[in-house]
Amino acid sequence: MDEVYRGVPVTMSRVVGTPAALDAIGRVVAERGPIMFFQSGGCCDGSLPMCFGEGEFVIGGHDVRLGTVGGCPFWIDHRQFEAWKHTQLILDVGAGDPEGFSIAAGEGHHFLTRSRVFTGDELSVLEEAQPPS
Amino acid sequence: MAVVEDVVRDGKTSGGAFVAPGRAGSLVDVKPRYENFIGGRWVPPAKGQYMQNISPVTGHPFTEVARSTAEDVELALDAAHAAKDAWGESSLAERAAVLNAVADAIEANLTMLAVAESWENGKPVRETLAADIPLAVDHFRYFAGATRSLEGRSTEIDKDTVAYHFHEPLGVVGQIIPFNFPLLMAAWKIAPALAAGNCTVVKPASPTPWSILKLAEVIADIVPPGVLNIVTGPGGEIGKALASSPRIAKIGFTGETTTGRLIMQYAAENLIPSTVELGGKSPNIFFSDVMDQDDRFLDKAIEGLVLYAFNKGEVCTCPSRALVQESMYDRFMERCLDRIGRITQGDPLDPTTMLGAQNSAQQLEKITGYVDIGVQEGAEVLIGGERTLLDGDLVDGYYFEPTVMKGHNDMRIFQEEIFGPVLAVTTFTDEADAVRIANDTLYGLGAGVWTRNGNLAYRMGRAIKAGRVWTNCYHLYPAGAAFGGYKISGVGRENHLMMLDHYSQVKNLLVSYSDEPLGFF
Repeated sequence: MDEVYRGVPVTMSRVVGTPAALDAIGRVVAERGPIMFFQSGGCCDGSLPMCFGEGEFVIGGHDVRLGTVGGCPFWIDHRQFEAWKHTQLILDVGAGDPEGFSIAAGEGHHFLTRSRVFTGDELSVLEEAQPPS
Repeated sequence: MAVVEDVVRDGKTSGGAFVAPGRAGSLVDVKPRYENFIGGRWVPPAKGQYMQNISPVTGHPFTEVARSTAEDVELALDAAHAAKDAWGESSLAERAAVLNAVADAIEANLTMLAVAESWENGKPVRETLAADIPLAVDHFRYFAGATRSLEGRSTEIDKDTVAYHFHEPLGVVGQIIPFNFPLLMAAWKIAPALAAGNCTVVKPASPTPWSILKLAEVIADIVPPGVLNIVTGPGGEIGKALASSPRIAKIGFTGETTTGRLIMQYAAENLIPSTVELGGKSPNIFFSDVMDQDDRFLDKAIEGLVLYAFNKGEVCTCPSRALVQESMYDRFMERCLDRIGRITQGDPLDPTTMLGAQNSAQQLEKITGYVDIGVQEGAEVLIGGERTLLDGDLVDGYYFEPTVMKGHNDMRIFQEEIFGPVLAVTTFTDEADAVRIANDTLYGLGAGVWTRNGNLAYRMGRAIKAGRVWTNCYHLYPAGAAFGGYKISGVGRENHLMMLDHYSQVKNLLVSYSDEPLGFF
């Protein structure tokens, strides 16, 4: 968890990565260049973070950049951000191929999002650092 | 679970469960590996790579399918383009005959396909026998009928000028199928595309590529070569190759929002239309008058709440948010929890099983994660909440207990599709409160309203911002009822005659029957 976000202590970033995620990101980036994440929603694999080559997915003017993980930007739809903003997203790696058009986190593995509910104090600090951009 | 030595009759063991596909006595043959279905033939993947296909029933691989690459998508597009002129010019009667023959063939193999679908997806065979496969049959018949009713319109602009409007096929379309109803969702997409005179390249979901290949075996000699092509493999490779191809005239997709956006992005690059269905978080609303009498209707309403467990909750329109009127909450939920407690979970191939296996390890992990988030957010687990561990051959399968959590609508378990047998329940005070909570969501695919008061039901149905409001019913999917999303649940409609418009373009012939020049030059 190597990230500092706008001076907010690392553990209070809106998105962090587990060692397994950081390791996988390092390998994917070494193999194919810069990548980006977009948190999905909805049907089927809706709660998974989708991993794309940087610039493959066009970011819209209303999307919210939660931070970076392993140097890679992590984005979410602004409406989904409103529903999810009380939770910290923890990027991790699980067994099984990715769904959608996402890049795998290594052969037979996919990126996934775990979540932790922020404490009241953490939320106050984060709201002062708002808005993410 | 089927024991191989057991007495086998009609594809079932003496215990009544269907024998697992590929085993002695099963109704379903399984080959060691499957190639792509392109141009009416089985074509090995260009790079010769295959991937294992797992049954969620056991958590173990049972066959291999092609791990295709962009070259295979091109082969499929070649076959589709070669077939499109003849199919596009086929008469409506010819197209209808093919669609009806497809329906007949599926019906003749209904039990085999139902067992295959259950093995592939993990859903209980009682559902595939009674819903998935019969609905797929009906869907092909509906569009066979619909295509015969296709009529162009003509307008007499003035006495010598006539505007004729013809439906013309788009040509070759791409269609990406989700894992939750591998055959039914394929039928939803393929039937209207073919009915409108298009050829299609279909990419099944990565976890469920096999049952549609069993369907292809059944209909291979019915559909003209190249009209229907199926390519299996990873979404990031072939899904992208198909959706971004300049050789398709439309893309249809069902899945999550980010891929939905990417599909629309690719469609924008190629200036082609897209239809995307992206899920929901559907409210199921119970007014207190359902308990005015203890009768069949109340029984139906209780089942209506428990329908969140249909297909293990892996439904875009899963009624996963129950809104129960406060004044009857305790009495009503007592009845519902009693019913949920009597759900039988086990071998999906046993016709008495009500709750089967989640589709993949990924899904199981996600569901577990959401229960964890719900508990962190302060929700109360009323029943379930844990992975179900079965024994024997099912020990590594992906089973989860039917679960109910009580909380409030701001919690993430109320805001995001969990895609598992997890119900989030909350209370409302009155009609206005019910509408407010129901619409407090990013999504708008489905909703349910239960009341004995017809006026209230009508007002609720119109006030809820969702593409389908089931009224005193839920989870009915008849062909002929339009299905699609409001808000971020998607763009477009399926399951209805109007799909023929979505898979056609309009040709206008503007004809003058006058000999008079305009007189400008």
